[in-house]
Amino acid sequence: MRARVYVTLKPSVFDPQGRVVADALVTLGYDDVQDVRQGKFFEVEIAATDAASAKTRVTEMADKLLANPVIESYRVEVLP
Amino acid sequence: MKFSVVVFPGSNSDYDAFYAASSVLGEDAALLWHKDTDLQGADVVILPGGFAHGDYLRTGAIARFSPIMASVKAFADRGGPVLGICNGFQVLLEAGMLPGAMVRNDRIKFVSRLVPVRVEQTDTPFTVACASKQVLHMPVAHGEGNYYADPETLAALEVNRQVVFRYADAAGEVSPASNINGSLNNIAGICNRQRNVVGLMPHPERATEAQLGSADGRVILASAVKALASLSR
Repeated sequence: MRARVYVTLKPSVFDPQGRVVADALVTLGYDDVQDVRQGKFFEVEIAATDAASAKTRVTEMADKLLANPVIESYRVEVLP
Repeated sequence: MKFSVVVFPGSNSDYDAFYAASSVLGEDAALLWHKDTDLQGADVVILPGGFAHGDYLRTGAIARFSPIMASVKAFADRGGPVLGICNGFQVLLEAGMLPGAMVRNDRIKFVSRLVPVRVEQTDTPFTVACASKQVLHMPVAHGEGNYYADPETLAALEVNRQVVFRYADAAGEVSPASNINGSLNNIAGICNRQRNVVGLMPHPERATEAQLGSADGRVILASAVKALASLSR
């Protein structure tokens, strides 16, 4: 099965990279851009029999490695 | 006494630390490959600066899985002095041996220059030879040295006197103007609750001889010698 993990900085953590990207977009003429938050995206192929167990396993992986829970939050979705 | 310096793939300050310990201080020193598990009789372990494992995923995130790290952690748990410099500090954070995390410098820039740092605590094995509030000029070279911890962790660090170094000006004033990377409370270095594990972003090992622009960093390594000498007495 395939799972997707989205990792982003917590709202309380300033994201300097996202800020620079937002400024660049405004410079390009997209002056309606109000904010950008940059994150990471993972696709995990996992041998699992059902979506629930895949989600449990991948959530554990996100917590232990893919995200640093001190500064980042994550969201896991399992593809049908 | 013996300084053992861990070499990760991507370390680039490993030999600087080895040179400072052996040639400048005249102590024994060893380089330890990250896949080893033997600390070779280390009295002090140094995790050096650089870009361990290419900083893949996050700075220090992969290095904590290197086989040597289990030995380093066991050494620290027994009270052994461990110093993480720059990337080594990031490894200690990712390994959970120090609290908090690093994010990108607030002004995005990679900062590479000599900066004044104020010594806040002198009861750690790496600052015991420093004067209280002493200002040390040491080089920094990092893009992710912006120290972050949640408010509870930050408050606990201050209450427990775990903030060991702060970015300051040459007169020792700590202010937003002297904060080079956006670190909370101008934090440049911290220690654990037991005070034997210390991490800092500036590079003491690159400031051990006047020809290098500053010899102020020598006192950090000399502190370890002093701390161990007083233990064995």
